[in-house]
Amino acid sequence: MFASFKSAAILFVLLTAITGFVYPLAVYGIARVAFPQQANGSLIERDGHIIGSALIGQNFDAPGYFQGRPSATTPTPYNALASGGSNLGPSNPALIDAMKQRIAVLRKANPDAEKPIPSELVTASASGLDPDISPQTAQWQAPRVARARGLPQMQVQALIDAQTQSPALGLFGEARVNVLALNLALDDAQGAAAHNARR
Amino acid sequence: MNDNSWIQLALYLIVLFALAWPLGRWLQGVFDGSLAARWRWMAASERALLRLAGCASDEDMPWWRYAGAIVAFNLIGALAVYALQRLQFVLPLNPADMGAVSPDSAFDTAVSFVTNTDWQGYSGESTMSHLTQMAALAVQNFLSAATGIAVAIALIRGLARHSAQGVGNAWLDLLRAALWILLPLSLVFAIFLVSEGVPQDFAAPVIAHTLQGAHAQTIPLGPVASQEAIKLLGTNGGGFFNANSAHPFENPNGLSNFIEMLAIFLIPAALVFAFGRMVGDMRQGIAVLTAMTVLFVGLYAVGVLAQSQPNPLIAKLGVSGANMEGIETRFGTVASMLFAAVTTSASCGAVNAMHDSLMPLAGFVPLFLMQLGEVVFGGVGSGLYGMLLFAVLAVFVAGLMIGRTPEYLGKKIGAFEMKMVAIATLAVPVLVLLGTAIAVIAKPGLAGLSNPGAHGFSEALYAFSSAANNNGSAFAGLSANTPFWNVLLAFAMWYGRFLVIVPVLALAGALARKPRLAESAGTLPTHGPLFVILLIGSVLLFGALNYVPALALGPVAEHFVLFGAH
Repeated sequence: MFASFKSAAILFVLLTAITGFVYPLAVYGIARVAFPQQANGSLIERDGHIIGSALIGQNFDAPGYFQGRPSATTPTPYNALASGGSNLGPSNPALIDAMKQRIAVLRKANPDAEKPIPSELVTASASGLDPDISPQTAQWQAPRVARARGLPQMQVQALIDAQTQSPALGLFGEARVNVLALNLALDDAQGAAAHNARR
Repeated sequence: MNDNSWIQLALYLIVLFALAWPLGRWLQGVFDGSLAARWRWMAASERALLRLAGCASDEDMPWWRYAGAIVAFNLIGALAVYALQRLQFVLPLNPADMGAVSPDSAFDTAVSFVTNTDWQGYSGESTMSHLTQMAALAVQNFLSAATGIAVAIALIRGLARHSAQGVGNAWLDLLRAALWILLPLSLVFAIFLVSEGVPQDFAAPVIAHTLQGAHAQTIPLGPVASQEAIKLLGTNGGGFFNANSAHPFENPNGLSNFIEMLAIFLIPAALVFAFGRMVGDMRQGIAVLTAMTVLFVGLYAVGVLAQSQPNPLIAKLGVSGANMEGIETRFGTVASMLFAAVTTSASCGAVNAMHDSLMPLAGFVPLFLMQLGEVVFGGVGSGLYGMLLFAVLAVFVAGLMIGRTPEYLGKKIGAFEMKMVAIATLAVPVLVLLGTAIAVIAKPGLAGLSNPGAHGFSEALYAFSSAANNNGSAFAGLSANTPFWNVLLAFAMWYGRFLVIVPVLALAGALARKPRLAESAGTLPTHGPLFVILLIGSVLLFGALNYVPALALGPVAEHFVLFGAH
């Protein structure tokens, strides 16, 4: 039995070296060369600052920005150090109360929006960091964003269409709009408009 | 069920079988030694590593020595995982300055990762250093999967051999499973994951100045891709981040999601093909695979149907669409339910949606799939040996009905074999039901539940079903990172693993010693549709008899409360 343990221990150390060090370092080395941007977390830089990751959602509540999914992370929404969902069951009164609250806020902020509110906007995502909303959910917010920005609704709609990603290979997953990318495009469009006006 | 849900399912199964077939051949070649005989470098590296460890690679072990080696290897693994967590604050590769993990949590996590459960009471991004993730947790992802494969191969040998003393060499099997199966697949899969956006980095968390600028966002990174790959291929399921495969860094898009689901079933399905090859009758493998597929498709359909129904409490509020609480936009209902069915059929336990927030009967599906003993494809290795236990049970029941001595693959099933099958199949339900009962009558147990009423009971039932079956997914509202839950669940995980593995190896040893009888007119064929039905029947009947009362108190009660009142 002692011999068994000795063999087991040495084999364990050898396999740890291979699968715990050589393997992740090999992946790191290949990723560095082949996909450096993705390997670093798909970070987005603007004016020398990192403003976020293309894959990680951010909290938006200003009327001039599109809003993402409600986030259940604590203590602040979209806290990337504490990913997770609300874990409220479908019959939990706390879930229904949270939704009623979100509905009231959304109705007040979006008086022009057509009913009913898309389910995505009142339900918390699984990760609390969901970067996407569906194109329909973006459209539902378009009148508010257009008015807050003083942009024609046609232009906002065009931006949504441009930022819509279809399912991978037309098959996998759902159509979606990356909220951070859409809001960046919105800022760019408005910056360009302001720039043209100044000229 | 709309067209898309069927298309996704069909596509998934077609690609799965197309990949599992050649992998089954590879598995056979690795474990019967024919590949090592052909490629000298393979044999040479096996011999060199085993010589370093002081093991005789040509020893054919009797079952009890094989079991001793497996248990010793896993005990050492558990000690190492525990030590690394406790000492991570003085060790390198800790850029975020994580402190030592608490003793009870470290104990729970050590048992959890060694038993291929990967139940997580902690949240990765705020607890574990890079070193702990890659050298403790990811290593166990490899080694616990290798353990499962080795035990399954030993059982196949028991069935295939003719009057033999041994069931193989545990050291050689572990080494081969890790080096020639898990490692190459993980390397390819990890690179693919990076290409889709999964990070592979050793840096400290990045501080981002968000666009709206209310507060900065701290984004944790790490060697995620390498761990993610083996997490799924080894049906481990322990996420780098708390949100697991729902986290955009672990599962960035629809394509990565599809491939991740394939990775979960790939080795379990390939092992069934390898079983068919190694016992010299592929029809036997196909029969087992058919039974698995039928059970899987049926339960997936129930899940999609249940989750597509709007929640009546929410529909009243003027909201359109299905219940998206705990579901990511890029996956939607169909890809989330497919993932939920896959991850709990296999003993994976990775999640891309929060099962706690699923509709009652949609949450019932993963719960019940675990309770069937994770034999629907199942864990890497553990799925096959679990299903073969049910196959022996099925021929035993059939033998009683028609009054013949039960036989499986030409091996007579005697009293000793049936005792081992009984221990292995009954240990897990006992752990689940006793554990749940203790948790819901004890104060510290009740304190962990986060949802009121029937759903709270489901949380406790789910936790023990997940732990004892070595799944690791959760109704994650449960606050399980307390000494009470950590210790009780660790107990369920350890015995849920080794009270199956040791009897399975004993069964393998007993079967290996028997001669393989030729088929006669009196033999019950175990490859036709009749046997498939018998096998499905025994899995369902066994699961149902054990769990119906508990399920009635949990998800079923919640369903009627939710829909009955409106």
